[in-house]
Amino acid sequence: MNRTIGRRVVVAVMGFGLLAVAALLLAPLAGSTSISLRRAFDPNIPFTDNVDAQIFFVARLPRTLAGALVGSALAAAGVVFQGLLRNPLATPFTLGVSAGAALGAMLALTFNWSFGWAGIAGAPLASFAGSLAAVGIVYSLARAKHHGLSTNVLLLAGVTLNSFFSALILFVQYFADFTETFRILRWLMGDLDVSSYRPLVTAAPLLLVSFAVFAWLARPLNLLSLGPDSAETHGLDVVRAQRAAFFSASLATGAAVSVGGPIGFIGIIIPHLVRLLVGSDHRVVLPASILVGAAFLIGCDVVARTIMAPLDLPVGVITALIGGPFFLWLLVRKA
Amino acid sequence: MTTTSLPWHARPKGRAYTCLVLWLAASGAGAAQVVVERPTRIICVVPAVTEMLFAIGAGPQVVGVSSFERFPPEATKLPTVGALLDPDTERILSLRPDLVVVYGSQTDLQSQLARAGIPVFVYSHAGLADVTLTLREIGARVGHSERAGRLAADIERRIAAVRARTAGQSQPRTLIVFGREPLSLRGIYASGGIGFVHDIVAAAGGANVFEDVRRQAVQATTEQILSRRPEVILELRAAALSPEMLKREMDVWRTLSAVPAVKAGRVHIIVDPRTVVPGPRVAEAVELIADILSPGR
Repeated sequence: MNRTIGRRVVVAVMGFGLLAVAALLLAPLAGSTSISLRRAFDPNIPFTDNVDAQIFFVARLPRTLAGALVGSALAAAGVVFQGLLRNPLATPFTLGVSAGAALGAMLALTFNWSFGWAGIAGAPLASFAGSLAAVGIVYSLARAKHHGLSTNVLLLAGVTLNSFFSALILFVQYFADFTETFRILRWLMGDLDVSSYRPLVTAAPLLLVSFAVFAWLARPLNLLSLGPDSAETHGLDVVRAQRAAFFSASLATGAAVSVGGPIGFIGIIIPHLVRLLVGSDHRVVLPASILVGAAFLIGCDVVARTIMAPLDLPVGVITALIGGPFFLWLLVRKA
Repeated sequence: MTTTSLPWHARPKGRAYTCLVLWLAASGAGAAQVVVERPTRIICVVPAVTEMLFAIGAGPQVVGVSSFERFPPEATKLPTVGALLDPDTERILSLRPDLVVVYGSQTDLQSQLARAGIPVFVYSHAGLADVTLTLREIGARVGHSERAGRLAADIERRIAAVRARTAGQSQPRTLIVFGREPLSLRGIYASGGIGFVHDIVAAAGGANVFEDVRRQAVQATTEQILSRRPEVILELRAAALSPEMLKREMDVWRTLSAVPAVKAGRVHIIVDPRTVVPGPRVAEAVELIADILSPGR
């Protein structure tokens, strides 16, 4: 039994890993302009004067890496939230994390908060703080009347908080002027043009911690899918597992949103797509989702920046436009 | 003689209008408007046109302005009635206007005013040439044709002088930035090849690097900025920055050191409302930008 699952994990990681690596290597070659790779990698031209090198290393590579980080984080967080809430419609944004992040970013953009810390601009910092605040509120509500963690209360509190934050967002937006309103709207559509490695370097450790917890969570999530009572009889500390799932997935979502904005669809479509391909064992689904999520978002971003060049389409629009029909096609074909 | 000192609705003619307005409103026959020769209770929700009204001497006729009013100082003291997205119809009606200047896109407000029989002057945001056109039209509409004509001619003469001065000289490739996220090169909005700001820079002798994009605003990626190699970057801002923040915001551009403007230190953050309001101070804006684009000429 264990050997079979081990082999399935290896096959999935190798297969989807190849896809993700191919996306990582090929995506920086595509862009809205054409560059000379020979010039980009010519060590005789100083970097400060080398336009091709700067397009490659300042514009394209950080974008590709951002796509990988955000895509993998949202896809895996989607898997964990669906497992935790035992609800196939759950997404990383169901529990108010993204609404909190959006409210934070909104405040920073509307009131032009130009504080920065360690070279990170105000908007990503504020959005991360907003997501933490949302997580804190939802968690304390879900704990208030129970010994453990009520997933029903978690879901209801999250959905309510989402609406409440959305109302606050509209309220803040009312005070913004036109250019700010436009910028806020654009932020909500998602954008990976980070033009710096700094936000990635900041988000990476948080994602690493989340992914480490996800690795531990694979088995507990399998047991949780049987229902909390059955899981308990199998020797699982249910509350501990739920708490770990909630915090790690929220952390991953908050970090991802602070880098790329609330890019929709990935957190729901990739987990389901992966389950259709490899089954529902979280030990396979989690690593596969991380790799497919990365490859998918990198690909969507290539489309976003090339299809109507020099215009840069919001990547969130592409994820929905490509993801939706593809998912439906797969669903019908499998059925 | 004595009638002019009375408020319009108390004058015999005004009273007749009031009755007519009420009758029209009551009968539901809204389309007929009562056009006053020289309106004395103007409400203007378009800041650029408010500036024009004050510049041509129609300031005393204005009784209400938009909530975004900044200039001239007299205008900021008047009652506010909302703006583009949130015009307060009730407040507008309560000020008993005889002319309301509205945006072309405010169709709801226009139909409400039409039902109330209040004449409107519809303004649409367009290019630089439309500024003096609007100036002449609004001047004629509010009884200040002559002064508006003189001001418009003066603006056109000053802009033509700048054009003549910069003609034949090399035009620096210019990136015009409207906005971006604070302290980062994300969410950069730049001027495309149409619109008032593009026209100002063109008149001032600059070649917009996004001229080929036929839109007012473009989201400019760092890749596009690098490949289009602007020689000058003009960042137009509405809100002032502290000297320290100004320096930090300038430093943000250093990431793109291969861009000629960055290399040559020709990134300019301009905090000047004249460059973003298509009002009667556009000639000053063109002169200001021309001085930045070709200093010493």
